[in-house]
This record gives sequence, structure tokens and C-alpha cells, in this order.
Amino acid sequence: MEKILEVKDLHVDFDTYNGVVHAIRGVSFHLNAGETLAIVGESGSGKSITVRSILQLLAKNGTISKGEILYHGDDLLQKSTKEMDDIRGNKISMIFQDPMTSLDPTMTIGKQVAEPLLIHNNVSKKDALKRAEEVLRLVGIPNPSARMNDYPHQFSGGQRQRIVIAIAIVDYPEILIADEPTTALDVTVQAQIIDLLKELQQKIGTSIIFITHDLGVVAGIADRVAVMYAGRFVEYGSVNDIFYNPQHPYTWGLLDSMPTLDTNEGSRLHSIPGTPPNLLNPPEGDAFAPRNAYAMEIDEEEQPPFFKVSKNHYAATWLLHPNAPKVTPPEGIMKRFAKYERLGGNVK
Amino acid sequence: MEQIPQIPKEKFKLVHDENNKDQEKIGTPSLTYMQDVRRRLFKNKVAVVCLTLLTIIVAISILAPIVAPHNPNAQQVTMSNLPPKLGNLNIPGMNGYQNMGGKMVDAYKQAEAPKGTFYILGTDYLGRDLLSRIIYGTRLSLVVAVLATLVDLIIGVPYGLVSGWKGGKTDTFMQRIVEIVSSVPNLIVVILMMIVLKPGLTSIVIAIAITGWVTMARLVRAQTFQLKEQEYVLAARTLGESSTKIATKHLIPNLSSTIIIQTMFTIPNAIFFEAFLSFIGIGIPAPNASLGTLLSDGQKAFRFLPYQMWAPAIILSIIMIATNLLGDGLRDAFDPQSSEN
Amino acid sequence: MTKYILKRIFYLFVTLFIIASLTFFLMKLLPGTPFSNQNRMSPDQLKIVKAQYGLDQSVFVQYIRYMGGLLQGNLGTSFQFNNEPVTALIGQRLAPSMQIGAQAMIVGTIGGILLGAVAAIRKNTWADTLATFVSILGLSIPSFVLAVLLQFYLAYKWRIFPVALWDNFQSSILPTLALAAMPLGSVARFMRTEMVDVMSSDYIELAKSKGNSSWGVVVKHALRNSLIPVVTIIGPMAVSVMTGSMVVENIFSIPGIGEQFVKSITTNDYPTIMGLTIFYSFLLIIVYLIVDILYGLIDPRIRLGNGGKE
Ligand SMILES: Nc1ncnc2c1ncn2[C@@H]1O[C@H](COP(=O)(O)OP(=O)(O)O)[C@@H](O)[C@H]1O
Ligand SMILES: [Mg+2]
Repeated sequence: MEKILEVKDLHVDFDTYNGVVHAIRGVSFHLNAGETLAIVGESGSGKSITVRSILQLLAKNGTISKGEILYHGDDLLQKSTKEMDDIRGNKISMIFQDPMTSLDPTMTIGKQVAEPLLIHNNVSKKDALKRAEEVLRLVGIPNPSARMNDYPHQFSGGQRQRIVIAIAIVDYPEILIADEPTTALDVTVQAQIIDLLKELQQKIGTSIIFITHDLGVVAGIADRVAVMYAGRFVEYGSVNDIFYNPQHPYTWGLLDSMPTLDTNEGSRLHSIPGTPPNLLNPPEGDAFAPRNAYAMEIDEEEQPPFFKVSKNHYAATWLLHPNAPKVTPPEGIMKRFAKYERLGGNVK
Repeated sequence: MEQIPQIPKEKFKLVHDENNKDQEKIGTPSLTYMQDVRRRLFKNKVAVVCLTLLTIIVAISILAPIVAPHNPNAQQVTMSNLPPKLGNLNIPGMNGYQNMGGKMVDAYKQAEAPKGTFYILGTDYLGRDLLSRIIYGTRLSLVVAVLATLVDLIIGVPYGLVSGWKGGKTDTFMQRIVEIVSSVPNLIVVILMMIVLKPGLTSIVIAIAITGWVTMARLVRAQTFQLKEQEYVLAARTLGESSTKIATKHLIPNLSSTIIIQTMFTIPNAIFFEAFLSFIGIGIPAPNASLGTLLSDGQKAFRFLPYQMWAPAIILSIIMIATNLLGDGLRDAFDPQSSEN
Repeated sequence: MTKYILKRIFYLFVTLFIIASLTFFLMKLLPGTPFSNQNRMSPDQLKIVKAQYGLDQSVFVQYIRYMGGLLQGNLGTSFQFNNEPVTALIGQRLAPSMQIGAQAMIVGTIGGILLGAVAAIRKNTWADTLATFVSILGLSIPSFVLAVLLQFYLAYKWRIFPVALWDNFQSSILPTLALAAMPLGSVARFMRTEMVDVMSSDYIELAKSKGNSSWGVVVKHALRNSLIPVVTIIGPMAVSVMTGSMVVENIFSIPGIGEQFVKSITTNDYPTIMGLTIFYSFLLIIVYLIVDILYGLIDPRIRLGNGGKE
């Protein structure tokens, strides 16, 4: 499989009134052609900042202090402003969280959808608008020819998100970054948008980075999942690895706080107690330790490295160290392990 | 990543949740809101400079009888229109010399001023000490501002509170009045009032107050509407606390930022109105000095004796600029989001 | 929209009626008339003159007459200037006031927009600081102080402009500048705030992610969205220009209605004061109405009625 994007040891800092916030503290991952990678984590864990770094769309006070972002082997961080402009919306495009605010309220949607074409391709305005209309039809806006001259406020939330998606795919990007595209939508609309993304992925063959804080929507769309906490990845693997053979206590916590079809009447939903650490002064050891019921002394002293669980499945927790005591995960996780074995996996 | 670090076994003891307390220690120390506001305000250099300037100006105005070198209204016709002179220091522009027919002449000598007499900012056409007049004039202008602000608070705040709190028909009616009052240009009302009333301090304050409270009332009303729906206010209502108590205990404290910021814009406005009215001759009557009358007098002689207008113009501008900037600073301090991001 | 405009026009008349009545009764409260200052008149003469102006009637009759006259566009007769009708007086003097007023509004608005936009785009740089400083100066220095300074230095001392003369365009430049400072300052400040807000909005983020250059983002999306709300401060700006013109016209000896207003105040010319008050209010209410309609026309969210169509 071809790696089209590879992020290596990304560090992002923000200058703030109170000091420097180390929002991303060494994130590495890659994206294969045609696949969907999901990044999950509580809000504030750094998911958006990670993907915004790829397009260099950080706020003015943010800097990428270290790392490489290789797109087909070329480091995007070395590109000029002009070269980055050529990549944005053309090769790599992005869908934002809130469809209610991400469209320009004073521009017709036809123009907004056609804009990337006019920027990147040498097309006439007429042709661009024609393409825009086709794409609006593709994303499921009914009667697009009649609605080209309408303004965003004349559409419902779900429709607006479809328009945002139309803008993102109008130039057939190689990579589509969807930053919580369903979070602001009703549950029924969420499912429709996910289906649309899957359908589009098949039609235009784009790779997707899908961000969410809700593990529930991940299973339906992702091939691989990365779990993020306090500016780092803590575990990553295939969907099955993460859902049925999770190793990091934070992943356990996330899974345990997620209602699933498998959840029995009797078992309770648990939310993770406590709050994420302040990244002004990131802790020395594992950032999750203070909230971790399975924390060990070493967790407070040293950042755990990634331990290999199986092929393509890694987790950064000292529990995987040979010297670590054997712990019993929460009941819900044990059930998942059981299911994993039924699926033919080998629980560690 | 493949090789496993060697770590002694005892490091792997489970610690459970004993450390949860540590979590609290991290993070910025939590300050109360007002402390936070003060800290942000004092970190803002511009605001601190403005606050300092205003404090000095206010202090001098309060202490006018002590710091003013002369009686501001005492005329001494022989000493009229003397240029600024600062003791025997020979600073150009402050040495008592004046350009007369292309030659620099010692105006003090010509006026046969007794030795040692000097006026730091010169004198006006009646021989009154300009510095003293400016000190007293600033004092009067500030008094206008303070009184206008007080009226603003006394009328505008309760009006907005009642309108916002009652809502419904009362609100609609009260808003109609606000609409009508605000659709007449402020200044025209002020001028009409000044024509009807006798020129003077009270009239100016009344005239400004008649229209001035509207903005304050609007802002307070809008915010009361929001506050009304807050849980703690709803709770207080269900518990049957009296309206006055809710207003003083829950509403006013939360409205304070809006009120303080708006006040910072009422002050320059009032000072402007006073200056304007006095400038066109219907404000503070002679012989009393206000920044407006000083400007008006200064303007008449400006071509020949520019210092007579420069001094009050600079003071007026400093007060206006400083209050405006301090207002901005306060707004940023109360609502940091508005300035960050 | 039509219904809304009709409603607004109705309120316009109600407001004008209230203003006219208030002005009338306020003027009636006044102790003196210009004639009472003139000792030369004998009581008989005074009586004749009073009758001539209808001042011998009861206040109520005078009120009905005045309001009736208003309906026919008659603002009464000036006590001065050879008994000229106030309407005629305003008519003669309207053009210069309108000219410098309009010029000041245009200069102030365009200058303020540019200043505010630069400040917002270059936020927290020296350009921002400079722009903010200029706009604070514009807001803080009263136009009459500025007028005197401009007149003294640019006209009297350095002789770049005529001192106090009203003939050609040249002579309108200094008064325009003096009056434009305030609108410039307020538009610049408003524009900066709006644009900083817009620049941090999600749709600007989306515009960047489309591959727009930073210039493209500003021109295609940020400017229009920040400009629309600026329309709302045209009303208050008109007020400050109107206020300023009263003294500025005086300082530059411009034969406009502002200068007339001040003159009438100092000479107790009540009919003219009343007429001009009503005229000013009328002008202002019209400006507010036009601004509201304009706002509705240029903002699609209002133009097309709000709320999403499903
Ligand atoms: N402009 C900024 N200034 C300071 N801190 C920021 C800024 N943007 C993001 N952060 C910090 O970076 C962290 C990660 O944010 P983000 O990536 O948006 O989280 P999420 O996972 O919810 O998308 C947050 O803790 C936030 O405080
Ligand atoms: Mg996010």
C-alpha cells in the first residue's frame, strides 16, 4: 500500500497570555492511499491542531516547532506559501465541524462551491459553476440548478454540511480531512453524512482522515483508528484492534463510555473521571496517569514508549512492559476481548 | 520502539488514584473574577498610562484651590495677553518673549510687570492667569462629566433593569419611548434645553442627562434579558426573593462590567458637549472657566496668541483620548476573548 | 419589506409630530422674544409686530396654526432676515452644508474602512497600533478644535488653502477634513472590530482551506462580510457630522444651515430654531431609514427573510 501522507514527530506550540501551550507533543502517523484513518480523543486532545498542521492552518499564535509532514515524500513544511495555497482545496481539502458557521453567509452557494475550481484550475466561470452544480447533485442537494443562487441560511444544517463537503471534493482531492463533520448534527443526519462520505470515497477514490470524539461513529467508516490524548497518540491499530483488543487504559475508558449495541441492559456506562492535564506544563510521565486507575509509579516518571501489540497495532502504556503486573481491565473491556477471540484474534 | 526499556520492577507498583489530588495543583492559580480583571487591566500598558494621566488630572482638579497659582477670575488688565513664562528659565517659547512686528520682545517688560512676576501658561485678554483658569476649567468640565454620569446611572440603569426584567407590554412601551428619544439628535435636544434653561452648570447637566441615559438603558436592558434566563436568577425567583433583592444581589454585579465600560464613554461625551455648548456661547457663562469657554476664548485670539488655545485643546484631547482608551482597556479586561484570538 | 418600510414611514411621522410639538411648547416656555430686547419699540409697536407674527393669539391657536403650516411644508417665518420664510432660508443654505457633510461622510467612511481593514489584517503589528492611534485621535479631538488648528496652520500660516471663504471646491477641503475626523475614527474602530471577528470565523478558515491566498481571502470573503455591518453606523456618523458642521461652518464662514442654526440661537430667532430643529430631525430620521433599508438590501440574510428553508 502506498503511503501518501506521513507525519513524523509533530510538535505544535501556542504562545498564549499565560505561557507556551505544548498542544501537540510528538505525533507520528501515516495515511495509505484510499483508506480512512480515524483520530479519536476527548475534546481538547489536539485532534484539530494535528490536522490543521497538515494544511498549515494554525492560528497566528501557533507554530509547528518540530516534525515533518511528508506528502508523497515531500515535506509540506518546507513549501512556500504559494505552493501550500496550490495544495489546499486541490490536493488536500478539509471539512469543518460546524456547518452553520463554515459557509460564507454573504456568498451564493454556487459561487462558494465553484471557488476552488476557479482558484486551482484554468476554467471559465461558467464551467466552474456547471461543475459546482454537478457536485451539489452528487452530495445530495435536491434540485441543485434552482438552488445555486441561494445563500447558506436558506439551507438546513445537514444540507449545509453537504455543501461544505461539496466544496471539499469539487476538485477531487487526494486527501480529505474531515474534522468532526457530524458532531454538530442530529443523529439521523450524522448517519447520512457518514454514508455520503463513504459513497464519495468509493466514487472519487480519496483517502480520508476522519476526526471525532465519538467512537460510535468510527466503526462505520474507518479502516484504522488512532486514539489521542493530551497532544499525543496513545494507541493505534485497525478498527478491530482498537474496538476489541484495546490496550491503553485511556482507550478502555473511551470504549467504556460509549453506548454500543453490545452493551447489555445490566452494564453501566462509565465516563472517565477527572480532566485532561494543562498543556502549559505537560507532565513528565504519562499524561493520563492522574486519571488512570491502573497507573503505576513509572507512569509518573517516564513517558511510556509505544509497545507493539500485533502487526500495525501499537499502544503507549507501561502495562505492556514485561515487568508490569497483570491487571484486569473493566468488565466491558473483558467482553470485548472475548469477542475479539471469537473473531479469531489473539488477546495479549 | 521495538526494544523494550529495562526498568526495575518496583517501578511498576500500581498507585491507584491517590494522585488525583496532584491534578489540582497544576494549572494557573484560580483568581476571582474581579482580581482577574484588575490583573489584566494593569498588564495593559496603554490602560495604565491613561489611568495614571487621568488620576493626575483628577487630583489636580480636586486640589485646584491649592495648586492653582492665581485666582482664575482675577483680572489685571495691565497684564493682558502675556505669553508663557516659566520663572527665569530661558526656555524658548516659555521665556516671556513675543514676536512683535518681526522682532522678539520681552512682553513682560513691556507690560511693566514687577520683577519676578511670571505666568507659566501666560495670561488671557483680561490678564487672568491661564494656568489657573485651565485648572479650574478642567475641574468644571470634570464636574459636568461626573454629574452627567451619575444621572446616567440613576436614570439609565433602573430604566434598563425594569424594561428588561418586566419584558412584555411594559418593555414594548418603554422601548418606544427610548426609540423616540433616541431618534432626535442628542445635540439638538441639548441645545433646545440650553435655550430654555439659564446657561450654567445645572442646565448643562440636565440637558445632557435628558438624552444621555438612553444608551445606558439600552445596554442594561439587553443584558438583563440575558441574565433573567440564567439559572441562579431563575432559582432566586422561584425561591421568592424580592425583585429589588434580585436586582441588587444578582443583576447589578453581573451588569457592572457593561455599566463601567459605558461610563467610560459617557464621560468624554459629556466633556465634549460642555465644550461644544460653551464654544458656541450657550454653555458655562462668563467669567467662569471651563475647557469649552477657554477654547472659545482661545480661538478668538488664536491667530496672534496660539498658546491661549493650544493649552486647553491639549488638556481636552488628553482627557478624551485617555478615557476612550481606558474604556477600551476596561472592555478587554472584562472580556478577554474580545481582544485575544 | 414594503410593509416594513411603510411602518417605518408611519413612525417617522409620529416621531416628527412629537418632536415638532415638543419644540413648539419648549419655545413657548421661553420668557423673551427678540422684540423684548429692543427697548426702542413702544408698547403699541410691539403689539402690532406681535400680531404680525400671530403671537397675540392663545398658545393653543398658535400651536394648531404651526402644525397646520408644517403639514403644508411651512416652517414659519424668521424673526430676522427681513421676515424670510424659514423654508426659504434653509433652501438657500442647504447646498454648502450638504456638500461638506457628504464629502466628510465619504472621506471618513472610505478612510475609516481602509484604516480599519489594515489594522485588522495586520493585527498586533505597528500598522495596527498606528491605525488605532489615528482613529482614537479622530474620535477624541472635537471637530471644532481640529477646524481651528487646520485653519490656522494650513490656511493662515502656510497658505495652502483659503482661510475663510466659500467659493470653490478648494475652500471646502479644510472643513471637510475637520468634519471627517470623527467618522473616520469611528468607522476605523468599528471596521477593525468587525474584521478581526470575521477573520477568526469558520468561513474564513474554510476559504483558506480552499487554497485562497491571504489576499484572496480578504478580498473575496473578509471585506464584504465586515463591510455590511459598517452600514449601521452611518446614522450616528451623520449625527456627529451634523453637530460638527454647526461650529465648523462658523469657523470657516460657510453660509450653511449649521452656521444659521448657531446664529439663530445667539439671536433668539425662535421660528428659525424650531424650523431647523424639525428639519435636522427629519433629515436624521430619513438617514436612519435609508440605512435600515440599505442594510436589508445588502445583507442576504435580511433581504431574503431569515430562518432556513428546509
Ligand atoms: N490558538 C490557540 N491558542 C492556544 N491554545 C490553543 C489554540 N488552539 C488550540 N489550542 C490548544 O490546543 C489543544 C488542542 O486543541 P484542539 O486540537 O482544537 O482539540 P480537539 O481535539 O478538540 O480538536 C487545546 O487544549 C487548546 O487549548
Ligand atoms: Mg477539534
